[in-house]
Amino acid sequence: MKLSKEEVKHIAILVRLGLSNAEIESFQTQLSNILDNFEILKEVDTSYLPPTTQSVTLQNVYRPDKAKDSFPAEDILANAPRREKDLFKIQAVLED
Amino acid sequence: MSELFRLSIAEAHQLLKEKKITSLELTKSCLSRIEEVDNSIHACVTVSADSALNEAVIADKEIQRGDFPPLTGIPVLIKDNMCTAGLRTTCSSKMLEHFIPPYNATVIKLLKKNKAVILGKTNMDEFAMGSSTENSAFTPTSNPWDLSRVPGGSSGGSAAAIAADEAIYALGSDTGGSIRQPAGFCSIVGLKPTYGRVSRFGLVAFASSLDQIGPMTKTVTDCALVLNTIAVYDECDSTSVPCTTPDYVNNLAQDIRGMRIGIPKEYFVEGMQPEVKNCIQTAIKKLEELGAVIDWNVSLPHTKYGLAAYYILAPSEASANLARYDGFKYGYSYQDTSNMWEAMEKTKQSGFGPEVKRRIMLGTYALSAGYYDAYYLKAQKIRTLIKNEFDHAFEKYDALVTPTSPTVPFQIGSKVNDPVQMYLSDVCTLPINIAGVPAISIPAGFSNGLPIGMQIIGKPFDEKTILQIAFAYEQASAWRSIKPRIPIQASSC
Repeated sequence: MKLSKEEVKHIAILVRLGLSNAEIESFQTQLSNILDNFEILKEVDTSYLPPTTQSVTLQNVYRPDKAKDSFPAEDILANAPRREKDLFKIQAVLED
Repeated sequence: MSELFRLSIAEAHQLLKEKKITSLELTKSCLSRIEEVDNSIHACVTVSADSALNEAVIADKEIQRGDFPPLTGIPVLIKDNMCTAGLRTTCSSKMLEHFIPPYNATVIKLLKKNKAVILGKTNMDEFAMGSSTENSAFTPTSNPWDLSRVPGGSSGGSAAAIAADEAIYALGSDTGGSIRQPAGFCSIVGLKPTYGRVSRFGLVAFASSLDQIGPMTKTVTDCALVLNTIAVYDECDSTSVPCTTPDYVNNLAQDIRGMRIGIPKEYFVEGMQPEVKNCIQTAIKKLEELGAVIDWNVSLPHTKYGLAAYYILAPSEASANLARYDGFKYGYSYQDTSNMWEAMEKTKQSGFGPEVKRRIMLGTYALSAGYYDAYYLKAQKIRTLIKNEFDHAFEKYDALVTPTSPTVPFQIGSKVNDPVQMYLSDVCTLPINIAGVPAISIPAGFSNGLPIGMQIIGKPFDEKTILQIAFAYEQASAWRSIKPRIPIQASSC
């Protein structure tokens, strides 16, 4: 299956990954080749099978609903690319 | 005493106990070994000499007091995807090049509780995606057995460091073979525990339903010692399974006579190098001589779907996990843009390397509207088949034995531009992650001086049995005594 350039661009937008034209072209070929290798799965009838999401049988693991100390804000903000006072600073999400 | 860096954990512990050496001497010996050889190997991303020396002094005080656990005072290297508070954790990515974690991963907490000495962090494929450590954003790591070849990956830095005696042991992580394949390529011991056995809390997530941390050591005994320490239930990891843990060391020397071992023929794949096949067959015959009952004719027919299923499951989970690297809260951040979406796109474009981008794209595609059923759901159903197949085999066999990798270590650069060829390097290891069962790679010989690893696969939560088989084989073989000769390059400064 050959992915079109538009499909590659569409996936990149879904995941908000910037790509150069050269990257779009190389992914077009490489991802198509990889997807071709997935065709083998079509041989298997899986209609009767449940999916396995992970291999342990634990389900709905809860902890007691007790308040605990969180990290000091300063420790977390120490890695912030940009900050203002005790807040992360980013560009406007909604613009007019 | 010279060349302390060559010691195993068990040997070093004994000498510490007898007061023949100190942790400080041992730590200094490893640090000078790193200085001597790491210019050639490039196994380490960060060496934390000062804090290691401090930890050694503290460990020596603990040792003076008397009784102390086996990892006290023993220098260790950590794969650079496990969070170490105050010590940068890069995942060998530009994205996290300057990231200093505010907390310790649970495994690091356990090591620190035991007064281990952390020497530093090891190189890896970026975000653990790769089979050669060439995907590191910083530098590729060389295989100590031949510097022109890869050490395997993604825990290639940890494997190469242990083969080159830069530390007494290391931790790695394994999502599709990332502990076992480099262990095989470097002639060391590497164990991927059962999914749920070792806490993943503080391990930077790649594919959450497959990732597992494990020991990378010089001997099987050391592997059991480390597993004893890190196999602890952790409420911070909701997939950590509360179950009893046997003493893996005390059980090692049990006889393997009568043990039923199956050899699944599908793992001797097309394209496997004949020297690998011959070597593993010879090793299996050795197990037979030791009294194991070998069935050479086991079939796991769905093995051939493992590769495709894995390369849908792992990238899908990765695409979700890596969405957090948006440049807002931590990590690399591209600033020079006019709006938020562009900032996010440029951050990921400049912060991630080619393989990480490739897998994010692949995973996003497999999860996107219209393709979810055809790819992701299909792969999860194939996972059911593969898991059932293992469950079924383990009704009859105590363990399964295969090669760890279809080839000996390959040349640096030889597969970098062909992702499908690179992915094939994990064909023998990734079905094990899909099923969640434990497996160990141990040295099984050499071909023209290049290491070959044997993989022993066990029932879920039965690391005990595969360690016993590994120990029996190790005691009956002499591979550990063969060491790589590392050409020493002059320091660049």
